Amino acid sequence: MARTISFTEATLEAMREEMRRDPMVFLMGEDIAKQGGIFGQFKGLPDEFGIERVRDTPISEAALVGAGVGAALAGMRPVVDMHFADFITCSMDELVNQAAKLRYMFGEQCTVPLTLRAPDGITKSAGAQHSQSLENWFVHTPGLEVVIPANARDAKGLLKSAIRSNNPTLYFEHKALFPRKGEVPDDEDFLIPIGKAETMREGGDAAIITYGITVGRALEAAETLERDERIAVRVVNLRSVWPLDYAAIADAVAATHRVVVAHEAVRVGGVGGEIAAFIAEHCFDDLDAPVIRLGAAHVPVPFAPVLQEAMYPKAPAIAAACRDLVRKVR
Amino acid sequence: MTHTLTPDAPLADSEISLARALLQMMIRVRVLEEGIERHFLAGEIPGFAHLSIGQEAVAAGVCAALRRDDYIASTHRGHGHTLAKGTAMRAMVAELFARADGMCRGKGGSMHIADFSIGMLGANGVVAGGFGLVAGAALAARLRKTDQVAVCFFGDGATNRGPFHENLNLAAIWNLPALFVLENNHYASTTETSETMKIEDVAIRADGYGIPSQIVDGFDALAVYYAAGEAVERARRGEGPTFIECKTYRVRGHYIGDPERYRTKGEVEAHKSDDPIVRLQARLGPTLSQQEFEELWGTAKSEFADALAFARASAQPETGEAFRGAYEGDRDPETPHGAFAVREEAAFAPFFTEVPSAGTGSAH
Repeated sequence: MARTISFTEATLEAMREEMRRDPMVFLMGEDIAKQGGIFGQFKGLPDEFGIERVRDTPISEAALVGAGVGAALAGMRPVVDMHFADFITCSMDELVNQAAKLRYMFGEQCTVPLTLRAPDGITKSAGAQHSQSLENWFVHTPGLEVVIPANARDAKGLLKSAIRSNNPTLYFEHKALFPRKGEVPDDEDFLIPIGKAETMREGGDAAIITYGITVGRALEAAETLERDERIAVRVVNLRSVWPLDYAAIADAVAATHRVVVAHEAVRVGGVGGEIAAFIAEHCFDDLDAPVIRLGAAHVPVPFAPVLQEAMYPKAPAIAAACRDLVRKVR
Repeated sequence: MTHTLTPDAPLADSEISLARALLQMMIRVRVLEEGIERHFLAGEIPGFAHLSIGQEAVAAGVCAALRRDDYIASTHRGHGHTLAKGTAMRAMVAELFARADGMCRGKGGSMHIADFSIGMLGANGVVAGGFGLVAGAALAARLRKTDQVAVCFFGDGATNRGPFHENLNLAAIWNLPALFVLENNHYASTTETSETMKIEDVAIRADGYGIPSQIVDGFDALAVYYAAGEAVERARRGEGPTFIECKTYRVRGHYIGDPERYRTKGEVEAHKSDDPIVRLQARLGPTLSQQEFEELWGTAKSEFADALAFARASAQPETGEAFRGAYEGDRDPETPHGAFAVREEAAFAPFFTEVPSAGTGSAH
């Protein structure tokens, strides 16, 4: 059985279930206990779990992530909320030099079961310092896992898996997804395995490999192409960007021979480049056309709505890329 | 803030066995550090190594006040803290020699020694890297309702970094069972503290966060022990963190091979009389015979010789180890991390070459 609930409610269910299941799970961040989180994503948790396990903190990102790592080393399962993903920059040492390295560097004497929740992405003219998608930095950092839900179902299944993972896991949740509703299974043990992609839609003419909020845009593009032009497009939702499901990527290339890789993060140096390079190295013979990469322009995210909406790929751009690929070989 | 710069008073009878234990620990640390220096210069230890010679009283005094299940986080100058917390010399020396039997399987080295079996959360290559780990470990103790405490060792240089300030504040507002132990050795790497801060006593920074502090003679192992003991008891009682500033001096350079252009030989010579081992031996006076004193050195030297033999006999890590250990799951090829490790190893395996078993001994 499944219910239709919001992305926010799905994350709350995940938090409640995991905090009930394991007393070592606790949550800390700015504005989470009394305020319920700036997006309402923590509402009601202190009522059930108390303010020791759902902790309001000072605006001290380095201390939050650092203490998250320390608590994880000492056997806890901390979930740290970054307020906005952009503020991870204030805790880069703690994340990159500590969380990511300790298990390896200390010869596997420890694990760092830390979950970092980071609301990211472009929405509502939040401006250059509150709109970024920074996942590629952490894909580039060995030792971290990076998961990015696309809908309410992912939100719940990936958050539960992130909390249960013994590796430090970044959970990027797009701010514009919080109110969106979707179907979520009733099963309390519903988990989405980290490192496993999901094919959201079948189609043999081209594949869109994507993740996060761009999955919805890709599905919209695919539906338009099917309806108006009889172009059948497969949509692959990666769900994890590290570890990457390379097998699912190779399968999509083998099945469609034409690939668009799309994300909201800046295109240059982005995750899409890794996927395109993998396809070039390992799937070249399966390709009928070069891979097209779509991502945000290499500029800070602007404030003016008209400028903001002009610089990242949405459904029309994704559909156009698929159309170009299909025409090339028809 | 209280000052307890005690003159070297004669010991009470009740203090003698404690003083002997502290002396023995300081001698063990000194022998270890001198041994590391020798074998680093001989080219047997790769990487960087930073010695705590002259600062042994802090490691010995603080760790003597701790239980095995208490936590410590150390610095890049962490051999002494680790030994004093209770680690085996064998595993540490093998780690410095980059061997498979090292405490970190040869993947950490001097700057990243760690021993989780005794609550030693690691030396840290990043100045001020330990504050968050200690705040978090102390928070874990609080949440689990144990009476463990967590101790952060750090230098004066670390107090100019943001994580010092953020974590002291966090520990204060949450009343965490933490000790912040400053080893003020008057140099941040190679720059004198007078050039990097406007204040003489760093402990006044703790006042700004509402954390009680003490300044102690960091060459006096007993004074350090008493200050730490009091702070540990406060923390166990749930009364929150304490800041202890130990005034000490780094007799060796910042790292082995440091040309030390920033200070004179005379300045180092002038600190000879501060040697914490000399000072504690003098205080023990006739209660410790010369023969007993020499036996302490002899025992420590045998321990180091044994550790050295162990390290030299230990194998180098298997090259496949380079690709594993970052993630739980990466040793199992059925998992995503394990499958990727197999791919990464396969990409490099054709190019594996023999590497001599020791480093070049060059300094950074």
